[in-house]
Amino acid sequence: MPMVIVTALYYVMVAYVSLLLIWSLVKSPRWERDVLYILVLIPFLLRLFRLK
Amino acid sequence: MSVHLVLARKLLVAALGLWLFAAAGLSFYRSRHLPEPVVLGPGVTAVRQLSEFLPALKGTANDCHLYVLDGKEPGGTVLLLGGSHAEEPAGRLAPWLVVENAVVQRGRLIVALSANRSATTVTRPNGAYPPDFQIPTAWGAQTFRMGDRWSNPLDQWPDPEVYIHYPSGQNLAYVDIRNLNRAWPGRAHGTLTEQTTHAFMELIRREQVDVAIDLHEAELQYPVISAVVTHQKGQELATMVTMMLTDMEGFNIKTEFSPPNLHGLSHREIGDFSPAVSLLFETPEPFLDATRGITSRERLLTGQDEFVMHAGRHGLLFEKIDEKGWPIAVRVGRHTSSICQVCETWTESRPDRPVAVTGVPKYADVIKNGVGYYLRNPQGAEAGRVYYE
Repeated sequence: MPMVIVTALYYVMVAYVSLLLIWSLVKSPRWERDVLYILVLIPFLLRLFRLK
Repeated sequence: MSVHLVLARKLLVAALGLWLFAAAGLSFYRSRHLPEPVVLGPGVTAVRQLSEFLPALKGTANDCHLYVLDGKEPGGTVLLLGGSHAEEPAGRLAPWLVVENAVVQRGRLIVALSANRSATTVTRPNGAYPPDFQIPTAWGAQTFRMGDRWSNPLDQWPDPEVYIHYPSGQNLAYVDIRNLNRAWPGRAHGTLTEQTTHAFMELIRREQVDVAIDLHEAELQYPVISAVVTHQKGQELATMVTMMLTDMEGFNIKTEFSPPNLHGLSHREIGDFSPAVSLLFETPEPFLDATRGITSRERLLTGQDEFVMHAGRHGLLFEKIDEKGWPIAVRVGRHTSSICQVCETWTESRPDRPVAVTGVPKYADVIKNGVGYYLRNPQGAEAGRVYYE
């Protein structure tokens, strides 16, 4: 049961960080930052969608 | 910059990201769900599921198939565990050839091709491993998942800081909580990996398995290589088997004894927690070495590696390697001959529990014809005789 709870919390955190990255992408003033945010976002999305 | 230009830039970057996400995600998805056909050979009399021995496994990644080959006459039972470590392909391909070719005359074989099926669905992070590999055959190439040493984190997560093995209490590396061959004898309410070994232990006890054989490959920098590792109950059997193989088959193989205080491994715990004799086979796989070259499909199958050879010139290896490498046919052939020899020697020593098997290609056969020669074409198989791992 503790593993299930930790795993659930982990996915919540991954979703939260993904949202922060998407928000940062929307708000970023420079294209270099855009690319950086999108590259960082990909592994978070892969994990969120359980693609590994 | 105008709002429209900013919006266009954002959309372009988002499209790039979506494309990268889709490409990576599709590759991972295909790898995890790649169907590996198994054509039931003439000797397969039933296909069962591991969850029969622990219902909690039903519906999980590790509810693997169990291929049962019943003999015409009664006798003993030998269990073959393929895919304990899924990134050791000879450990899966050798029992694959048994399922597709063997006929049991006396006794019974039970074969798992994906003992840790979860581990077959992922590759090692940061290793640049290929997601799959192909074995050429006369009817085309058969594709197999590459796999990993550990269960997929999607199926079992998180890992602890320290893995405390049950029931010994021995401290092991944290990641080995997902290592099937550090999780024996397992427990019914443990992690997925522990539940898997527990189910196999139940199988061994309920089906009265006499000999359990765990098939592996090892890096050349690891001292336990080209060996049959045995529980103390199997010392005579393993010693006779390695002597016969070295004398009759033409390859060197030694006997190693399972350390009584090293826990979690099949050769220790199956012997300790069941009446069965437990053996573990190791054959050389340079692809696993830390000093290997590029982790390509070709290198996995040829076992040729100039970097590992270089390590050998500095005396860092426990097995020889030259330009010929360690081709997959050699590695698989060593395992199939070792399986046959265990059955023969066991039958000689225990005529009351014989296990007599025919049809399994041996070392010289596999080297001469290749592994693919012994794989059956799923397209031409009878209905109901094709299963997927």
